[in-house]
Amino acid sequence: MAAIADAAIVVPAKASKGYWASVGSRLIKDKVAMVALTIILLIVLAAILAPYIAPADPFRGSMIRRLRPIGTPGYPLGADELGRDMLTRLIYGGRLSIFMGVVPVLAAFVVGSGIGIFAGYVGGWVNTLLMRIIDVFFAFPSVLLAIALSGALGAGILNSIVSLTIVFIPQIARVAESVTTQIRTRDYVEAARVSGAGAFTIVRVHVLGNVLGPIFVYSTGLISVSMILASGLSFLGLGVKPPEPEWGLMLNTLRTAIYTQPLVAALPGLMIFMTSISFNLFSDGLRSAMEVKQ
Amino acid sequence: MTMIIDRLGPVPEVGDDRGGPGTPLLAVKDLIKHFGKKAGFLTKAGAVVRAVDGVTFDVGKGETLGIVGESGCGKSTVARLIMQIIAPDSGDLLFDGEAVGSEQLDLTSYRKQVQMIFQDSYASLNPRLTVEDTVAFGPRVHGASAKQSITLAHDLLHRVGLEPARFAGRYPHEISGGQRQRVNIARGLALNPRLLILDEAVSALDKSVEAQVLNLLLDLKEEFGLTYIFISHDLNVVRFMSDRVMVMYLGRVAEVGPADAVFSNPSHPYTSALLASMPSMDPDNRTQEAPITGDPPNPINPPPGCRFHTRCKFVADVCKTKEPALTDVGGLHYTACHMADPTSGHPNALNAARAA
Amino acid sequence: MNSNMTDTGPIVDVRKLTVDFSTGGGKTVRAVAGVDLSLKKGETLALLGESGSGKSVTLRALMRLHPDSARFGGSVNVDGRDILAMPYGDLARYRGKVVSMIFQDPGLAFDPVYRVGDQIAEAVVRHEGISMQEAKKRALGLFERVRIPSPERRLDNYPHEMSGGMRQRAMIALALACRPKVLLADEPTTALDATVQIQVLLLLRELQRELGLAVIFVTHDIGVAVEVADRIAVMYGGRIVETGKCADIIRNPSHPYTQGLLASRTGHEAVKGSRLVTIPGAPPDLSNMPPGCPFGPRCKYVMDRCKTQTPPLYDVGADHFAACFLIEQQAASQSQLQSA
Repeated sequence: MAAIADAAIVVPAKASKGYWASVGSRLIKDKVAMVALTIILLIVLAAILAPYIAPADPFRGSMIRRLRPIGTPGYPLGADELGRDMLTRLIYGGRLSIFMGVVPVLAAFVVGSGIGIFAGYVGGWVNTLLMRIIDVFFAFPSVLLAIALSGALGAGILNSIVSLTIVFIPQIARVAESVTTQIRTRDYVEAARVSGAGAFTIVRVHVLGNVLGPIFVYSTGLISVSMILASGLSFLGLGVKPPEPEWGLMLNTLRTAIYTQPLVAALPGLMIFMTSISFNLFSDGLRSAMEVKQ
Repeated sequence: MTMIIDRLGPVPEVGDDRGGPGTPLLAVKDLIKHFGKKAGFLTKAGAVVRAVDGVTFDVGKGETLGIVGESGCGKSTVARLIMQIIAPDSGDLLFDGEAVGSEQLDLTSYRKQVQMIFQDSYASLNPRLTVEDTVAFGPRVHGASAKQSITLAHDLLHRVGLEPARFAGRYPHEISGGQRQRVNIARGLALNPRLLILDEAVSALDKSVEAQVLNLLLDLKEEFGLTYIFISHDLNVVRFMSDRVMVMYLGRVAEVGPADAVFSNPSHPYTSALLASMPSMDPDNRTQEAPITGDPPNPINPPPGCRFHTRCKFVADVCKTKEPALTDVGGLHYTACHMADPTSGHPNALNAARAA
Repeated sequence: MNSNMTDTGPIVDVRKLTVDFSTGGGKTVRAVAGVDLSLKKGETLALLGESGSGKSVTLRALMRLHPDSARFGGSVNVDGRDILAMPYGDLARYRGKVVSMIFQDPGLAFDPVYRVGDQIAEAVVRHEGISMQEAKKRALGLFERVRIPSPERRLDNYPHEMSGGMRQRAMIALALACRPKVLLADEPTTALDATVQIQVLLLLRELQRELGLAVIFVTHDIGVAVEVADRIAVMYGGRIVETGKCADIIRNPSHPYTQGLLASRTGHEAVKGSRLVTIPGAPPDLSNMPPGCPFGPRCKYVMDRCKTQTPPLYDVGADHFAACFLIEQQAASQSQLQSA
C-alpha cells in the first residue's frame, strides 16, 4: 500500500527501553543521588544486621564507664550517660528511627493517594469538599499536629505511627489531587473515555501510571520529615520509651551531657541529619530522573 | 472492515447500516452550548460564552464534511459535543436515524461507532503506554481478549504504515510527530467506527509529513468505508479533503454546501474574506489589501443581528437587527446572509435576485 | 560604525555559522551546521523550514539569545559589528537598538502586570535617555503607525485586555520603538487566524518599506514567505539547502526538498480524490544526523556520494543557489553535450 511506502523510511530502529528502565539508567548517572542511596543502604543494612555487627549489648551499661569520650578503648564512639556503648546504640537506633521514618509515610502514601486520586478524578463538589477538609489540617503546623495527636493518643510506638500518618495524609492527598486533576483533562484520558472505558479502568490504566510516580517522589521527601518528627516525639517522651535505642530519644537523654561530652551528645543528631538529607537528595534525583523528555 | 469484525467476534448490530443509505449518518439539530458560571453559593454569575449557538447540519454516509472557521467559531466545541465529551445545553443528535442516548442507541454502542483524532499527537497518547497497548486499549475495554486485541493492534499499526515489529513496543516520546498521529489514527480505528472526527488532526504536523497523513486518511476512508468530519483552519486542506464544507462564525453556521461550490462561488461575505485571506502564492501578485479588518469578536458578547455585520463590507441596517437564517442558494448550498434572501430588505439582495 | 553609511554593503552578514547545544551526558547537538546569510538594507529574507531545520536557532544567533551552554562558530556581523564577540554590556545596548525581534507569542515580549504603553515608553527611555513624556509621545505615534484603533485608550491597556491580533501589533510597536535597523520575526503570524494573519503580514510589509528595515522572517509556511519576502532561504537539517529570489524558488525550485515541499501542497492544483505527492519519512533527528546530505535519506534522487559528502551550494541562476549534487551532474552532462 502506498501509505506504507510513505512511512517506510523511518528513524533507525533502536531498542526501546521501558519507562522505568530509562529512569533507572538516568538515576545511575546521577552521582549525588547514588551517594545518597549508598548511605541509606549502608545505614539500613547496619540496622538490619545489628546483632551481628554491633560490638556490644545495647542495653548493658556500666556505672563506672559513663560518658566516655570518642576513641576510648572498647568504646570507639564513646559511652552514653549510662555507660552503654554509643556505636552499638547508634546501630540499633537506626532500626526504630528508620522504621518510624518509613512506615507512617508508606501508610499515608496509600491512604493519601487514594483520597487525592479519588477527589481529583471525580472533581466537582466532591473534590471541593474533600480538599476543604484537608485544608483544615493544613492550618496546623505539622509538628504541633503530631504532638497534639500523640498527646491525645498517649505515648508509644504505634500511637506515634498513627499520629504521624495522620499528619502526612493531607499533604500527600493534596499533591495526588493536583496531579490527578492535571492528568484528568489530558487528551488521552478523553480519548479513553470516548472509547467507552469506565472510570475504574481509566484510573487503573491511564491515571495511576502517570500520577503514582510524582506522588511517590514527593513521599520519599517526607521520610526525612517523618524521621525528624518521630525523633522529636521521642525527645518529648511521646514516642519510644527508654531504654529502647532510638536516635531522637538518645538525643534527649544525652542532652544533660552537652557540656561534658558535646561530641558524643551530638552523634544521634548527626545520624538523623545524615539519613534525612540522604533521603532528600535521593528523592531529588528520582524527581529529575523521572521527568519524561518529549 | 469485515476482517476486524471477525477478529473481535460476531458484532451483531453495532456498526450495521441500520437506517439505510438515505438516512444521514449523523444529524445534528439546533445544538446549543454556552459556557460560563451560573450564580452559585458565594459566586456571581460570570460572563457566558456562547460557544455553539444553534447549529444544525447533517453528515451523509461515506462523505467528508469539512468544518472551517477561526478561533472562537465553535468548531472544536461542536466536535466535543458530538463525541459526548461535554453535554449540550440543548439540541438533538441522531446517529443513523436513532437518537443518541435513547433506548435504541445507548451511549456505549454510540461511542463504539464514533471516534475522534485530536490535534496534539503527544498529549493524546498516554506516555506510560507502548504503542500497541494504546491501540489495544479500546478493544480490551469492549471485551476482547488480550491476545485478540494485540493481534488487532498489530494489524491496525501495519495498516497505518507503522511496522508492528518496529513500533509496537515503542513509547510515544520515542517516535516522531507524524508517527504519533498515525498511532492516534490506529487507536481511532480499533473499535471499527463508522464516523471519525478529525479535529485539526494534521495542523501540528510539518508540511512534508502532513501530506503523508492526508493520503493515509484518504486510503483508510475507502478501505474501511468511513465517514469523516474534518475540522481545520487550513482552507486548502479542507478543500482537498471534503465533499461538503460548513463555514462557522461565532457559534453559528455561516455557509454550508458542496466544497467546490463554497470555495469557487462563496455566497457569504465571510467565506469570501476567509478565502481572500489565504496567501496568494504568487510573488508578482501579492495580496495588496486585507479583505477584512480587525479580529474575530469575542463569543462572550456576540453582536446582535448578523454576527458578522461588525466586519462586513456590505453591512446594511437590516444586518444589525435581524439574524439571517440559512437560505437555499441552489444545489444544496445554503448561506446565512440577508443578501441571499430577496425578501430580507437588504439593498444588495434585490440585485442578487435580479442577477439570479 | 562606518559600514552602515554606505548603502551597498550588507547590514547582516553571517559566515559559516554553527551552533551546538550540549545535551545531558556530554553529547552535543549541532542545530546549525554552517549557514551563510547576507542581507542588504531594506531587504526581506524568509527563512523557510520545518521543525528542527535550525531556522529559529539561526535567527536567535543574530541576537545571541541562546543559553550560555550554546557554542557558536563562524561569524555574525550586524551593522559592522561582530555579535558573537560582543561583550555583554554592549549586547544589551545592541538588542532593541540595532536589532529587535518579534515572536509567535506576544507573551514573551510583554510583562502581564504593566500597561502596554508604559512598557514601550520605558524601553525608549532606557535606550535613548529621553524624558518619559517624550517617550510616551513616541509610543502613541507607534500605536498609530501599527494601526491600533483608538491608540490613546489602548496604550493604557494591560496585555490581556487586547485581542491576539492587537497584541501582535503592539509587540511590533515595541520592537520598532528604538528605531532598529534590522527586524527579526520568528513565526509572528503562526498563531493568528487567517483573516488576522494577512493583516499583520501586510502591516509588516508596509513598515519594512517605509522605514527601510532589513527583515529576517522565519516561517514554516511557504505561502507566508511569498507574501513578505524578497528572497527565500530554505533550511533543512541545520543547513541552507536552497536560496534565491522569491519567484525563482516558487517557479523553479532546484533542490529536491523544495520541489517536494511545493508539490505536496494542498493548493488549488491538488485535485480532490487524487493522492498528494509526498516526501517520505520524517524530518531528521538533530542528535542523530545522517552523514552526507541531510535530505539524502528522504530523497528520491539519492546517489552514493550523497551518503558520504555534503553538497555545497551550486549556482543555478541569478542569485539562486541550491545544495544538491544533481545540479553539478546536470551541468556536467550539459557541457558534455555542448562539446560533443
